Amino acid sequence: MAAALATDDLTKDYRVGFWRTRPYRALDALTLQVQPGEVFGFLGPNGAGKTTTLKILMGLVFPTSGRAEMFGRPVGDLHVKRRLGYLPEQPYFYDYLTAEELLIYFAGLFGYRGADRRARASAVLDEVEIGAERRRPLRTFSKGMLQRVGIAQALVNDPELVILDEPMSGLDPLGRRAVRALILALRDRGSTVFFSSHVLSDAEALCSRVAILARGRLVTEGRLAEMLEFQVRGWDVVVAGVTPALQAALAARATRMTAIGDGRCAVELPSMYSPETIAADVASAGASIVSINPIRATLEDLFVQQVADAARQVERR
Amino acid sequence: MRPIALIAVNVFRESVRDKVLYNLVLFAVALIGASYVIGQLTAGQDIKIIKDLGLAAISLFGLFIAVFIGIGLVSKEVEKQSVYALLAKPVTRTDIVLGKYAGLILTLAVNLAVMTVALYAVLAVMAWMGMHPTPGLDPATLDPGLLTAIALIFVELAVVTAIALFFSTFSTPMLSAALTFAFFIAGRFSTDLDHFNTVTDSRAALWLTTGLYWVLPNFGPFDVRAEVVHGQPLPTGEILMTVLYGVLYTSALLVAATFVFSRRDFK
Ligand SMILES: Nc1ncnc2c1ncn2[C@@H]1O[C@H](COP(=O)(O)OP(=O)(O)OP(=O)(O)O)[C@@H](O)[C@H]1O
Ligand SMILES: [Mg+2]
Repeated sequence: MAAALATDDLTKDYRVGFWRTRPYRALDALTLQVQPGEVFGFLGPNGAGKTTTLKILMGLVFPTSGRAEMFGRPVGDLHVKRRLGYLPEQPYFYDYLTAEELLIYFAGLFGYRGADRRARASAVLDEVEIGAERRRPLRTFSKGMLQRVGIAQALVNDPELVILDEPMSGLDPLGRRAVRALILALRDRGSTVFFSSHVLSDAEALCSRVAILARGRLVTEGRLAEMLEFQVRGWDVVVAGVTPALQAALAARATRMTAIGDGRCAVELPSMYSPETIAADVASAGASIVSINPIRATLEDLFVQQVADAARQVERR
Repeated sequence: MRPIALIAVNVFRESVRDKVLYNLVLFAVALIGASYVIGQLTAGQDIKIIKDLGLAAISLFGLFIAVFIGIGLVSKEVEKQSVYALLAKPVTRTDIVLGKYAGLILTLAVNLAVMTVALYAVLAVMAWMGMHPTPGLDPATLDPGLLTAIALIFVELAVVTAIALFFSTFSTPMLSAALTFAFFIAGRFSTDLDHFNTVTDSRAALWLTTGLYWVLPNFGPFDVRAEVVHGQPLPTGEILMTVLYGVLYTSALLVAATFVFSRRDFK
């Protein structure tokens, strides 16, 4: 089966400068594959090239080199577009239309007619919880409401592949939760979701796989759980009733040790000690464990580290 | 075809909800009405003056409508990025250009129709009030020949709209407006370029003027207002040729606009 989405050495140079334009590489040889049914997170800091990639996929900008395909067909293919939903980064729609009219217009472009067309429009507006406001011109909509309309219009054709550029941006906590639920519902329906974000917790909560992009380059790609960077790096243990002997023994192994007071101590131990041996040692010394937590890199740490690496690489060149 | 029709209807809806358009049409209708007063001031000539002023008003305000809606349509869509969501639907860039154009033509046709009705209403009132030497619905007063002149104005404006649309596929609204007006004025005088060889010997100047003569539209033949107002005969063949010329010129512009629009990066 063809990948839902595949890019091959995708590269984009923007021309920058006023008189003497020079190329600026916004995207550098991106090769990616997203399989049908996946929820794929496309992560990266500001300016990483996420929007550029999505715009190439939507045929809004043309790549300098490389190829992009969806369902094994080239970008811009009408058969593909029929199965596709897209939420642009800062959705703007015709502000003289009401939300309902906009959705009816777009449903018409997908070939829905008559009662079906209205039903489709109203179903997706329900899904993003736009109520009676749907009869108001979009001019009067707040940013978050526009974002919801944007998501609604991306779903109007019940797409097999949904491409969302920062779907959570501008939404309140309730809205974010609703969008998360919506993405999972899409997955359960069998749709493929490809979304960009720099909000890492969204990716952690939703994605089967992620790709991390920095400065136009793919830094890492894969299952979050399998990424080496996310393995346990050590243990954070808080011990009560510490004796001087135990303190010395712990200090010999700990990477860091802080006395909290009242005979309590916070100890950071490397991952080679298992929690069971730690607990046994503490117990045999007559002390007790208050808490024990694994130390794991968060996506944020990885992010910062990868971005720094990429920056160093660019400097070296 | 359906995407083009849907996009056209949306353009029409956009212009119907634009207050500027109403102001333009109201102003034109008021002007046509006012020609009644002006007509009274010039004894005996009244009907001809009203017809002449009425046609001039239709042509002028039609031009404003064509240019001011035409320049904004495509560039606004790109500038405000509403084209992002539109292009993700099963439509091609050609559909967008043609749909926008069709919507504009629809808008223009409705506006010209309103102004035409206003002109005929003024003429009918005059005939009914017996201002004219022969009271009653005199065929000379409600001359259907006016429709020929208006039809040619419509075709001319269709060309102007295509020019505005073409420029707006790659330049800003202000620049598009300036270029379109420049083209329009040049088109009105383009016949003069053909006679340029009688005033200069310079080969370069000749090449240039001949080139311009072929590239610029020639709007001369579209103006049959004087003939219609003075009841002179109009050869049908010539009119059909003029219409055909307008259609061909418009088609060429739309092909060019599609070509440019299809290659643009929307960034
Ligand atoms: N039209 C343009 N002309 C020149 N450079 C551009 C243009 N659009 C984007 N860029 C540059 O390309 C790079 C990638 O931009 P892009 O918008 O793809 O980033 P992004 O990952 O979507 O960032 P964000 O999280 O801020 O949305 C940036 O350095 C940006 O400055
Ligand atoms: Mg972006």
